[in-house]
Amino acid sequence: MDVQLWTYLLVGLSFALYIGIAIWSRASSTKEFYVAGGGVSPLANGMATAADWMSAASFISMAGIIAFSGYDGSVYLMGWTGGYVLLALLLAPYLRKFGKFTVPDFIGDRYYSGVARTVAVICALFVSFTYVAGQMRGVGIVFSRFLEVDINTGVYVGMAIVFFYAVLGGMKGITYTQVAQYCVLIFAFMVPAIFISIELTGNPIPQLGFGSQVSGEDVYLLDKLDGLMTELGFTAYTEGSKSTIDVFFITAALMVGTAGLPHVIVRFFTVPRVRDARISAGYALLFIAILYTTAPAIAVFARTNLMETVNDKSYRDIPAWFNTWENAGLLAWADKNQDGIIQYRPGPVFEESPTYTNQRGESGERTISNPLSANENELYIDRDIMVLANPEIARLPDWVIALVAAGGLAAALSTAAGLLLVISTSVSHDLVKKQIAPDISEHAELWLARGSAVLAVLVAGYFGINPPGFVAAVVALAFGLAAASFFPAIIMGIFYKRMNKEGAIAGMICGLGLSLFYMMRYKLGWIGGPTTPDDWWFGISPEGFGTVGMLVNFIVSIVVSRFTSPPPEHVQDMVEEIRYPRGSGEAMKH
Amino acid sequence: MNDKQLKSAYWKTNLRYLALLLVIWFIVSYGFGILLVDPLNEIRLGGFKLGFWFAQQGSIYTFMVLIFVYVILMNRLDKKYNLDEK
Repeated sequence: MDVQLWTYLLVGLSFALYIGIAIWSRASSTKEFYVAGGGVSPLANGMATAADWMSAASFISMAGIIAFSGYDGSVYLMGWTGGYVLLALLLAPYLRKFGKFTVPDFIGDRYYSGVARTVAVICALFVSFTYVAGQMRGVGIVFSRFLEVDINTGVYVGMAIVFFYAVLGGMKGITYTQVAQYCVLIFAFMVPAIFISIELTGNPIPQLGFGSQVSGEDVYLLDKLDGLMTELGFTAYTEGSKSTIDVFFITAALMVGTAGLPHVIVRFFTVPRVRDARISAGYALLFIAILYTTAPAIAVFARTNLMETVNDKSYRDIPAWFNTWENAGLLAWADKNQDGIIQYRPGPVFEESPTYTNQRGESGERTISNPLSANENELYIDRDIMVLANPEIARLPDWVIALVAAGGLAAALSTAAGLLLVISTSVSHDLVKKQIAPDISEHAELWLARGSAVLAVLVAGYFGINPPGFVAAVVALAFGLAAASFFPAIIMGIFYKRMNKEGAIAGMICGLGLSLFYMMRYKLGWIGGPTTPDDWWFGISPEGFGTVGMLVNFIVSIVVSRFTSPPPEHVQDMVEEIRYPRGSGEAMKH
Repeated sequence: MNDKQLKSAYWKTNLRYLALLLVIWFIVSYGFGILLVDPLNEIRLGGFKLGFWFAQQGSIYTFMVLIFVYVILMNRLDKKYNLDEK
């Protein structure tokens, strides 16, 4: 069997599994649709949270980002795992005790205000939509690369699958498909990693492998990579090039943002008890950590392999995978000095991504029409290649390559479904049931939830096919926005009884507003012309600015609440109530 | 102790646990992985520089341990104050 056939087989089987689960776990009430009936076991919830959390970006792009940024890539590793400590300790148990369906539910009740609820709904919708567009695009890209179909066709197939289990099954269907998707994606991620670790270092555990000596050589892998890189003029792999303050702030924004993402928080509403919420955060991090501790190892393996196989080699002798991915548009070579040999050096070969001409160069390479930069670097590498092409670069069997495709799809679909559910719940529950038409029947609300899920799938699909240019930039910023808006409001809602609606609303608006302004000014360039990193406040990049937004939110909230009246008695009682586990979901009787 | 005092004692212990665990959380990630990365990189852990290892591996392992320790501490505390779920 060839790769193509293997891919169809594995992807087909995994899709059949997801649809089977969807039919088996249809939701029949709003409680099942919103929070899977609140009866998910903590282990299953941990797995589902891990799949929900790890998106196409975690699976396909993260190892590549780390491979090309070395130590600087640590911000993602620490940022996207450390948030779970905050979730487990500061949010999950209390929100579970609160026992409603959504984050805007909590904000709305805690701050006894429809305005606060609406602000929360807008934040939730904004974060979820920017995120989900990237996921649908991810599905399309995986399809197009492995099955050689059009990206748009891939998006349609992805929409159809998500439609099936998100619309039919709601949270219940999503939870159990996510458990299956987690198994598929982690298996797909680990198999090539283990193979390559054995090949390079003889150690089957990648986490240890990248700290081991290279097989047959008397040198540690990381030292060898540092050597290879500094020799060619790159910064050493284990040294960073970002400033310490920026690394600090980006890590903080990602951590706090993780803890503030509505599609992650809502997963903790699905377990039966407070103690289950605590332990399932632990399981979630355990399942996530398997991938997150392997990714930096893959990054080192892939970067070393790439430099050794490609650099200073003649294009004519290059392995076949190079041509495959060159044809796919993820690699490009511009023979600047006309010697027929690939020179891989620091700096971009050209600005932006390659625009290929229809011609071949002297050595047979695809020529590009971009204006070349003045440096010596001749090789353009798309970072996604580090995971996608890794099995081929390491000459692994065909079925492993096919497995990576199935894993990438699992990662993208599971995250997309979780986000779509947040969107549909926000509309049917937070907006319609809680604000517009409180008298709506259970039956009608369930159908409304399904209807908004359909609508959300269509909108997400539309963005997947016509991605707005700023989506890629904004996904990373979604964390900053979540950090600057939700996180302080929830934390103070639990730990600071005196916090009132005036403080919380003012804080959310100031935090979100300031972060949005900074991002538009320094990232998107929508306000006041082009900027350079030298213009950043305190040297903090837009990715890390969410941390500042969060601090501003805290300060504004506290100051404003001091000058306004304390929250009413029943709200203070509610805060008291959620602090103690007994009787989760209902009033305590003593 | 009456019900109110019991609850307040429970809450204070909870906050103490949180403070302790979050201090460790901060030291390991922001301390060892970011602020002190350069001096720690002088120390080797097999093929790893220690600071680099904390940033890309050690902090994540610590996060896991912290959550599981928290779970054990809190389950015990819930029982002690008879606030656990039946």
